[in-house]
Amino acid sequence: MAVLIDASTRLLVQGLTGREGTFHAKAASAYGTTVVGGVTPGKGGTTHEGWPVFNTVAEAVGKTDANASVIFVPPPFSADAILEAADAGLALAVCITEGIPTLDMMRVLAALKESSTRLIGPNCPGLITAGRAKAGIIPGHICQPGRVGVVSRSGTLTYEAIHQLTRLGLGQTTCIGIGGDPLIGTSFVDALGLFQADPETEGIVLIGEIGGTAEEEAAAFITAHVTKPVVCFICGQTAPPGRRMGHAGAIIAGGKGTAAEKMAALSAAGAHVVRSPADIGQAMADAIGA
Amino acid sequence: MKIHEYQGKTVLARFGVPVPRGDVAFNADEAVAIAQRLGLPVVVKAQIHAGGRGKGGGVKVAGTMEEVRAHAGAMIGMTLVTHQTGPGGRVVQRVLVEQGLSIARELYLGLVLDRAAGRPVLMASPAGGMEIERVAEETPDLIFKEYIHPTAGLETFQARKLAFALGLDGPAIGQAVKLAAAVYAAFKAADASLVEINPLILTGEGDLVALDAKLTFDDNALYRHPDIRELRDLGEEDPLEVEASKFSLNYIRLDGTIGCMVNGAGLAMATMDIIKIAGGEPANFLDVGGGANAEQIRNAFKILMSDTNVKAVFINIFGGILRCDILAEGVIAAVKELSVGVPIVIRMEGTNVEKGKQMLRDSGLNFTTADSMAEGAATVVRVARG
Repeated sequence: MAVLIDASTRLLVQGLTGREGTFHAKAASAYGTTVVGGVTPGKGGTTHEGWPVFNTVAEAVGKTDANASVIFVPPPFSADAILEAADAGLALAVCITEGIPTLDMMRVLAALKESSTRLIGPNCPGLITAGRAKAGIIPGHICQPGRVGVVSRSGTLTYEAIHQLTRLGLGQTTCIGIGGDPLIGTSFVDALGLFQADPETEGIVLIGEIGGTAEEEAAAFITAHVTKPVVCFICGQTAPPGRRMGHAGAIIAGGKGTAAEKMAALSAAGAHVVRSPADIGQAMADAIGA
Repeated sequence: MKIHEYQGKTVLARFGVPVPRGDVAFNADEAVAIAQRLGLPVVVKAQIHAGGRGKGGGVKVAGTMEEVRAHAGAMIGMTLVTHQTGPGGRVVQRVLVEQGLSIARELYLGLVLDRAAGRPVLMASPAGGMEIERVAEETPDLIFKEYIHPTAGLETFQARKLAFALGLDGPAIGQAVKLAAAVYAAFKAADASLVEINPLILTGEGDLVALDAKLTFDDNALYRHPDIRELRDLGEEDPLEVEASKFSLNYIRLDGTIGCMVNGAGLAMATMDIIKIAGGEPANFLDVGGGANAEQIRNAFKILMSDTNVKAVFINIFGGILRCDILAEGVIAAVKELSVGVPIVIRMEGTNVEKGKQMLRDSGLNFTTADSMAEGAATVVRVARG
């Protein structure tokens, strides 16, 4: 089971022939993911590292039966790449790219409402189902098949949480980096819904950060729909207001979007909120039993 | 990216938003020359990237040329402290001199992206001239909102609804509809993340005019707006942050004593948090990027050590695929080359982590290694105290 990505995933890499695309296609394949080919406009008909390259996503899907794609293309072309993946009918599109203009993403998200494609990201590390398959840049060797679903707006902080779960022997089902931009395809609420429905997932780690209201929406969803233990950490407790902390979406604006507000909302929803990022794994062990 | 009020007004005017006639001056002589062109009275407004300028003495009406000279002379070079500048304030380098207008009403108009709705929201309020956050808190029923469809755009009826909600009538309704359309056009065409006109005034003659303009632009979209990018005023930014941005380092200066060097924005924020929990204060936010190569480590040390408050450095790198021996090599080389004198605590994860730690221990330099974030934070707080 797990969620979104598993042994049945047939992964396409948009931007396969680039440095990042090549590196992470090989890593995904080495991890056991079925990588079926790549798309680079103008290089169709060639092969790259043994994979067929196509000019369009539609052609690639027709020839390979791909059902998911991971996108490693530069920011000015990313919106187009996501929409092309959706147009080709892929169930899952994972966009790693950081730096896509917000108004481009607004247009993309509006268009995706009319498609059946689920977008993960952008500006995210992608996702991994421990021991089975991955799309993106989360290092496979830190994961261990297990009991906990992880969802996070961050990249390396997600690795930190994964690492703690692995050290404690809890392991992971699926880990989803939803991205640090103000507008993203998959929200905390979406991921919580998926994990709640997944029989393999016993507990959920949610890693939020300052900016926006996604954590407050997650809190409301937890109250109404989540029965599994949720452990939360919100980074940016010491972040100054009005400053963008690396991620485009991580900013306390007009006094809103503070870590304190989010932690209070999640606590009130019954989640186990830890103040220190070092306590994420242990809090989950306490919640579901080591 | 933020810009000055006078630049914002120029951008808005290009799209048809009515703004007062005026120009920017860098000294008192220029201010007087502008006032002579405009005719009296004029308003002299300090140009810094922060709100609340009026209360700090940064906005003055001048009825004579002597007053224009006096106000401009006093403002240029002064340190203006407002609730948005922090206690240190900001040095005024330029002033806007513009025609004085008679004000019948002060309104508010703002356009911003609503993240949860995934669309821009146009906000209007009859309580102009006040901080909109305060209005939202105290009298939320005085803020009217229209959500704009992401692809269809702002519809005329939406602007009309807001105009009536503001209590406008007669020709001002038509003016408001045109003005709202112009604001939305500017927002979209320039990839703005915020357009705020506070106050939007109704003059004694019954005309709507943008008396202030605050514009912020999406940094991710600047590549397609070279004209906007040119409006950046580096004088308004922390010199160390400007230097860091040249190296593609994400650096924000803070008040504490523990320098942080981390890969990834989320982990960098979490590292600041855990330092605070351990009883210390972070000196900065610094994301060296996912890769954390030797060149970036060296650049990062240069920036960190330029901050004389830094008493110790905490390097927290979660590499995954990163090779810790390569990272250690880069850190050792940078510390030697730059003669970094403060103690350094390193926590790293990745491949060859034991080999990397051994290299640091064998270097003869002032390194302490830690096995976890918590241990690293506790150690760095201890060594920073000396």
